[in-house]
Amino acid sequence: MNRPVHAAARTPTPIAVTLVVAAWAIVGLFVVVPLASVFREAFSGGVGAWWAALAHDPDTRHAIWLSLTVAPLAVVFNTLFGVAAAWLVARFRFPGRSLLITLFDLPFSVSPVVAGLALVLIFGRQGLLGPTLAALGWKVIFSWPGLVLATTFVTLPLVVRELLPVMESIGPEEEMAAVSLGANGWQVFTRVTLPTIRWALLHGVVLANARAVGEFGAVYVVSGHIAGATDTMPLRVEKLFQEYRQPASMAVASVLAGLALVTLVAKFVIERRLGAESRERQAIRAPDDPVVEAARP
Amino acid sequence: MIALAHDTHRPPADAPGARPLPPRRRRRAVLPGFGLSAAITSLVVTTLVILPLAVLVLRAASLGPAGFAAAAWTPRARAAYAVSLSAAGIAAAVSSLLGLVVAWVLARIDAPGGRILDALVDVPLALPTAVAGLVYSALYVKTGWLGQWLVPLGIHGAYSFLGIVLVLVFVSLPFAVRVVQPVIESLDRETEEAARILGAGRSQTFFRVVLPALLPAVVTGFALSLARALGEYGSVVFISGNMPFRTEIAPVLIVARLEEFAYAEATAIAVVLLGLSVSLLVTVNALQQRLAANSQ
Repeated sequence: MNRPVHAAARTPTPIAVTLVVAAWAIVGLFVVVPLASVFREAFSGGVGAWWAALAHDPDTRHAIWLSLTVAPLAVVFNTLFGVAAAWLVARFRFPGRSLLITLFDLPFSVSPVVAGLALVLIFGRQGLLGPTLAALGWKVIFSWPGLVLATTFVTLPLVVRELLPVMESIGPEEEMAAVSLGANGWQVFTRVTLPTIRWALLHGVVLANARAVGEFGAVYVVSGHIAGATDTMPLRVEKLFQEYRQPASMAVASVLAGLALVTLVAKFVIERRLGAESRERQAIRAPDDPVVEAARP
Repeated sequence: MIALAHDTHRPPADAPGARPLPPRRRRRAVLPGFGLSAAITSLVVTTLVILPLAVLVLRAASLGPAGFAAAAWTPRARAAYAVSLSAAGIAAAVSSLLGLVVAWVLARIDAPGGRILDALVDVPLALPTAVAGLVYSALYVKTGWLGQWLVPLGIHGAYSFLGIVLVLVFVSLPFAVRVVQPVIESLDRETEEAARILGAGRSQTFFRVVLPALLPAVVTGFALSLARALGEYGSVVFISGNMPFRTEIAPVLIVARLEEFAYAEATAIAVVLLGLSVSLLVTVNALQQRLAANSQ
């Protein structure tokens, strides 16, 4: 930490101690205890029982497989969309730009259940496109394409939101220089833009993936909740819970919680890289600033 | 990346005349890719966001004012709105208050394990909400880890209104912390020191100097938490018991109606919820612009 150390901060005051204890109590009660409890309950019958609950139940196996298919697909769509949208909004000025940015955020504030219902109203059997899709023999709702659509909707803002601030802070100068030196669009993107946004992009992808794997409400509505067919892992957790099979439910939940922990570690590592790069950029921009000079590697 | 690869087939844009789709005046239009990125963005936003939500609103509108009111304003739906709004409101308030404490410690105090504390705050963003709901209900039932002490005291954290509030605090806590934390970091300590030197007490300094500066961020965090909590479904469905008129939130009622194939009623309730979310989003955006303007 390069934070300036104040005289008052060195000797902990009673208020500081109280606040630290309070913060740990808050995070402990709301986060640490539940998280620890997932693993405690999942392994209460031993590792063998945990493994049996996961591997010997065909519906659970299918749910794991389905989650591992749907989430990456949604993340790929999101990455494509996120890069295109960030390029559009950060590099061009056009009418309706700020409205567009607001629309990017909309999926965050719309209830996932409402989003799922909206998709049913379009792609469902009685939906707008229902008859057309039925004629073509495509099934979207109560099938995996619906799951991918719903998951993509819910995670839509995550990649754009990560890329936008970074691209805006870097500015278009380097890309314009590349264009003036004769680079084509693909070259500008892969050689100039991508290297500067890669950590932000990875950050967005990691967050989108975590959200995609864990999505429940939207997926619940569009999936029809068919065991062995459209149940993803979070839906499987719910079904086992409803069937009073708490240990099996906790076993699936523990896999999801494990994934969440991996996500957090990845996020932590990526954020350190991001922080280092933004400090480097500032150092290049303002080399006279003594504080920034000191922060240079 | 397939879509972007399409750019390679273009002639090199070495002359300004070769640039694709110049969107008028600005020099920025030198950069390529406006047409392609606009096409992808508008395709996705239209098919995935605008079209579904428009269809939802149109379906509800086709019920007519009387039909809409009959579908969206039943006693059970009104009770669900009340439960949703009060639980989300209480949870957002609790989150804002607790979030302020946590953010203060992270920003100002070199606490033992500060880094770990910081990382733990993000757990609710990464942990699937279904897992949170499942484990909270397991913790607070009579035989649970915490429930064995709390239930004898008359505190029922599972299958109750309190349970809804607890999981909503969990899901909204990171928002409350992360909005306030950078603002505390950017606060000028010298102003506080000046206030102290001028004779203000600790609490006076906090309430007169620090809190006014933090208030916009705290309010933004509250609004974000409220938006998140209002729409939450995955965790609540496990812990609330979903008793109509008592612990049934609006999203749960939508799903219940859908499972009865009562599409009209589900749609009408969804539109009410959507209206609430959109107005909250507009409020948050206005607040954030204010916040950005203040910090400059």
